[in-house]
Amino acid sequence: MQPGKKMLQAAWALALGVMLLAPAGVLAMDADDAPESVEIDSLSKFYGPVEFDHATHVSLAECADCHHHTTGTGPASTNCARCHDGVEEGDSVSCSDCHAAEPFGQENLEEMENPEIFHFDKPGLKGAYHLNCVGCHQELDGPTGCQDCHTMTEAGEELFNTGKHAPAGGGKKSGH
Amino acid sequence: MNKQLSRRGFIKGGLAGTVAVTVLKNKETQASGSFDGYPDTMGVIVDLSRCVGCRSCEAACNKEQGLPEPAEPFDDFSVFDQLKHGQKRRTDETRFTVVNRYEVSGFDHPLFRKKQCFHCNEPACLTSCFVNAYTKTPEGAVIYNQKVCVGCRTCMIACPFYIPTFKYSSAFKPSIMKCIFCYDTRLKEGKAPACVDACPQEALTFGKRGDMLEVAKQRIRMEPGKYVDHVYGEHEAGGTSWMYLSPAPFDQVGLSTNVPKEPVLNYVKGFLAIVPMVLTIWPALFAGFHLLSTRKDRIKQLQNDENQEG
Repeated sequence: MQPGKKMLQAAWALALGVMLLAPAGVLAMDADDAPESVEIDSLSKFYGPVEFDHATHVSLAECADCHHHTTGTGPASTNCARCHDGVEEGDSVSCSDCHAAEPFGQENLEEMENPEIFHFDKPGLKGAYHLNCVGCHQELDGPTGCQDCHTMTEAGEELFNTGKHAPAGGGKKSGH
Repeated sequence: MNKQLSRRGFIKGGLAGTVAVTVLKNKETQASGSFDGYPDTMGVIVDLSRCVGCRSCEAACNKEQGLPEPAEPFDDFSVFDQLKHGQKRRTDETRFTVVNRYEVSGFDHPLFRKKQCFHCNEPACLTSCFVNAYTKTPEGAVIYNQKVCVGCRTCMIACPFYIPTFKYSSAFKPSIMKCIFCYDTRLKEGKAPACVDACPQEALTFGKRGDMLEVAKQRIRMEPGKYVDHVYGEHEAGGTSWMYLSPAPFDQVGLSTNVPKEPVLNYVKGFLAIVPMVLTIWPALFAGFHLLSTRKDRIKQLQNDENQEG
């Protein structure tokens, strides 16, 4: 058989499969499709990027624990399920597509006033990462130290007055 | 006879004036006591269930405000064990915010609480300052003008949260050091303060004070049992821009539950309203009383003199 024809057959089979499965609502994204690891670097400044071992975490948590309702498995929270009870897969599964990098910018503050939007208290991107990761790590006794996940950068050492920028001679004590 | 009437008239007028001033003053002060804060004032919710004690807010504040180098690095967590005069760390001239750790019974992990100026709607520091060095801006910040400060430190005693601190290292050029909500560099332009931006856990949430109050109440409602059903700062000291949510009773995380629910101003406005009245009317009034009471003696004296002469 020619390789081209084989591809065509496979495509037809896939299309048929999709058509059969779609009405049943089990279009869930398979964990095996997910990347082995993800580099989370969009916010890195005082800390370097996080090399997130996605493969390991797939075995530790449900997809919806992190991806809420975007991977087709339905939300874990009953509150989210009030609207997102369908199990459709989202166009994007990235945290940064919903969680704003600058949650306290004018745009987001004004959005709070919009009665059409129910995500009244949606954490920003940095908050979403840390609240989700640290929250679970606390529960499951995972690492919770800052540098357990990301190493401090030079800029971070300057901000925290540590490492190269550690206070010389114990720093200046308060005046009284 | 004419003279006598005019004197009496003067005293009557003085009394009427006193009453009028008292009534007018009362009206004014009542109006000031009903001030609910500026409508679009900004606020911050500090959620103690989220804080992990990383001290990022302290580091960010230090850099934003150009404060001196700290005694210990900001990633040194041994500072939580520090006690001074039996008390946990507090804000001073070198730090406008500090995070303290609290071991609360019934919790398997410690709680951390960031401390800074509450930015009251009706600040006691502002009320107490007789040179008007303090200003509550419409954005919500309580800022301070070092140029007019005489260093009396009354604000430090007036503040129910012990926040303003004196720069003892420059006592001859008096300066009060406290959090200003990053007013000059951020809040004025509608931006969140440096500590809020630095917080990895979003334990600090910034927005309009009214919205923040709703956020806080929603969090309490959405997770019953997680929080104490109270937003600290909604009413404390007459309402504050910075408010706290806590999973543990507030007095166990270092927040005083004895802070009155109305502005400190309300306790002193009666007295403060009397001061100008006493200074302007009392001298004339009592001089009048004195003249009246000694008048007969003086008339007698005059008559005696006349008799002697005659």
